Amino acid sequence: MVQMPNDSRQALLDVRDLRTYFYMRRGVVKAVNGVSFQVRPGETLGLVGESGSGKTITCLSILRLLPRGARIVGGHIRFQGQDLTLASDSAMETMRGKQIGMVLQNAMAALDPVFTIGTQVGEPLVVHEKLTWKTALRRVVDLLTMVKIVSPELRIHNYPHELSGGMRQRAASAAAIGCRPALLIADEPTTALDVTTQRQYLDLLTELQRATGMAIIFVTHDISLVGNMCDRLAVFYGGLVVEYGAKEQVLTHPSHPYTEALLQSVPKLGETRDRLRSIRGDPPDLGRLPGGCPFHPRCDMALEVCRTGEPPPAFELADGRRTRCWLREPDHVGAIAGSTRPR
Amino acid sequence: MSEPLLEVRDLAKHFPLTRGLLKSTLVGHVKAVDGISFGVQAGETFAIVGESGCGKTTLANLILGLLPPTGGEILLHGRLISQLSAAEFMAYRRSVAAVFQDPYGALNPRMRVGDIVAEPLEIHGYARARRQPRVREVLRSVGLPDGSERRFPHEFSGGQKQRIGIARALALEPQLIVLDEPVSSLDVSIRSQILNLLKDLQQELGISYLLISHDLATVEHMSDWIGVMYLGKLVEVGRAKEVCRQPKHPYTATLVAAATPPGQMAPWEMPIVGEVPTLLETPSGCGFHPRCPYAMPVCKRVTPSLVAVEDHRRVACHLYPDVIHQIRLTPLTSPSSPGGR
Repeated sequence: MVQMPNDSRQALLDVRDLRTYFYMRRGVVKAVNGVSFQVRPGETLGLVGESGSGKTITCLSILRLLPRGARIVGGHIRFQGQDLTLASDSAMETMRGKQIGMVLQNAMAALDPVFTIGTQVGEPLVVHEKLTWKTALRRVVDLLTMVKIVSPELRIHNYPHELSGGMRQRAASAAAIGCRPALLIADEPTTALDVTTQRQYLDLLTELQRATGMAIIFVTHDISLVGNMCDRLAVFYGGLVVEYGAKEQVLTHPSHPYTEALLQSVPKLGETRDRLRSIRGDPPDLGRLPGGCPFHPRCDMALEVCRTGEPPPAFELADGRRTRCWLREPDHVGAIAGSTRPR
Repeated sequence: MSEPLLEVRDLAKHFPLTRGLLKSTLVGHVKAVDGISFGVQAGETFAIVGESGCGKTTLANLILGLLPPTGGEILLHGRLISQLSAAEFMAYRRSVAAVFQDPYGALNPRMRVGDIVAEPLEIHGYARARRQPRVREVLRSVGLPDGSERRFPHEFSGGQKQRIGIARALALEPQLIVLDEPVSSLDVSIRSQILNLLKDLQQELGISYLLISHDLATVEHMSDWIGVMYLGKLVEVGRAKEVCRQPKHPYTATLVAAATPPGQMAPWEMPIVGEVPTLLETPSGCGFHPRCPYAMPVCKRVTPSLVAVEDHRRVACHLYPDVIHQIRLTPLTSPSSPGGR
């Protein structure tokens, strides 16, 4: 089922032209430079990109947990009809952990080593749902069962270091979904896990989503394995979403040269290729982005228009995809592809 | 098969585990590498695949001569390296080079790139006059621009740093390079540059690689042979393509299933159960039995040995050769079975 990506009527989260800049001594770093996407209830959106492409800062902007020096300077983040860029700090506090859950890459760092698992998974229930600790701990046992932790009544008394890596990540996920959030943001949750544990965790997330109906934003650098479990993908490059659309289209008929090159550069199990496609050069430094399209120095098909001025606008294709590439200008079907000028 | 370039026979490394501060008592051993045998042919790539903690990096360190083995033998061109004289061992070190996972940590930030690459030449007695041309030659062969030798590591990107690491490994014209996770710390779009470079260099120079990795797809692409390692032991050895397409050991099947994108069928659909135990508490018998849906009573008691089940394939599993014909290789339970120990 493919819906038009810019249909925002039923969107749970609607990010429009988000710009988050870092103001540093050496200048302005445009970490997120006009990012738009929507997440509908119950669906999974994958934010795919390399390190420094702006995907994590996009998530931290949604949660308003930006590091010092970073500011949202433009755009809107509408979540359940409310603009999070304008929400008060106390409103955001009730939002985080209750309506929006978060799972981080390193569960050991996300869990506090001096508190038991029961305390940490139960805390959001006590804070947000005003449960007593006694009832909260009963709920914690149910939650740990949901994330497939064996003998949860014993595990609630354990400290994080007593759990294995996979179990820690599952416990952190239990804490994130405790208040039944409508949206779960998972930032590279499997990168620190072993290959087999990683797959178990991905299957668990899919199962939890089916059980709770929550939407998931999945941040990943692994387009082939993890990308496959998302409904839609937003491919990040140099602080921009360069391609955005349904998973099937993005993975099988990529419309942006970067997506295409990336897919062909990753070895896949069971295929015979003597050489991988290689992308020349290196990913850009967000503090020193080239003019024009951020990918043009590495692109085999770059035109004159790609090299200067503003990055290309998002052209809308007939299948609902949006692609920031001048090569797709002739295929553009939409009315207006979103302003590229900062406000 | 001709004589292998490098051969490893029953190699073992056991680390003693002690308890107590003043009077330390031996409480056991961590068997990081526990009786491993394989051979690397000239000009070919042999890959060791396994998850973290399976002992693959210890194996690399043993082969590089950085750790003394507890048992077993390493042979280069049929000669036992334990019986080499000091001078001959220097020659062994010249023949076997290494590229490490983290290019940031592997290069001294205070040294110029030219000095980093020249250091092994200096240690192995190259005359000063011969060093500079060789440094420029290897830097060019890994695709670094002229003049790189005068710059410092921090002036290079991650992918270029890994190229410097490869240039240093090539400097002494080794016959074998141990590649320990050579691309896993690099950005996705640069990995293929390095993998292609390694393949080109192999074709050009005829060197062998011992590739150590956890990524089955990369390993399948790069290697001629694969050895699958679990808890210090090889559980399956065979031709790379055949091992990935038709895994025979249940653990290999698990790895293949985990690396197959969701929605696509793995050749042998395996439920992934539990996690890798630590080497401190390895199960009795076959190390994989607590996670194996096909485990039989014998698997708990007897450690299976690596035996040839067909041409070019060795498997350490009690299912072979008899029991395998009695079971259908289909999922026994749902793919997401309960985890935990």
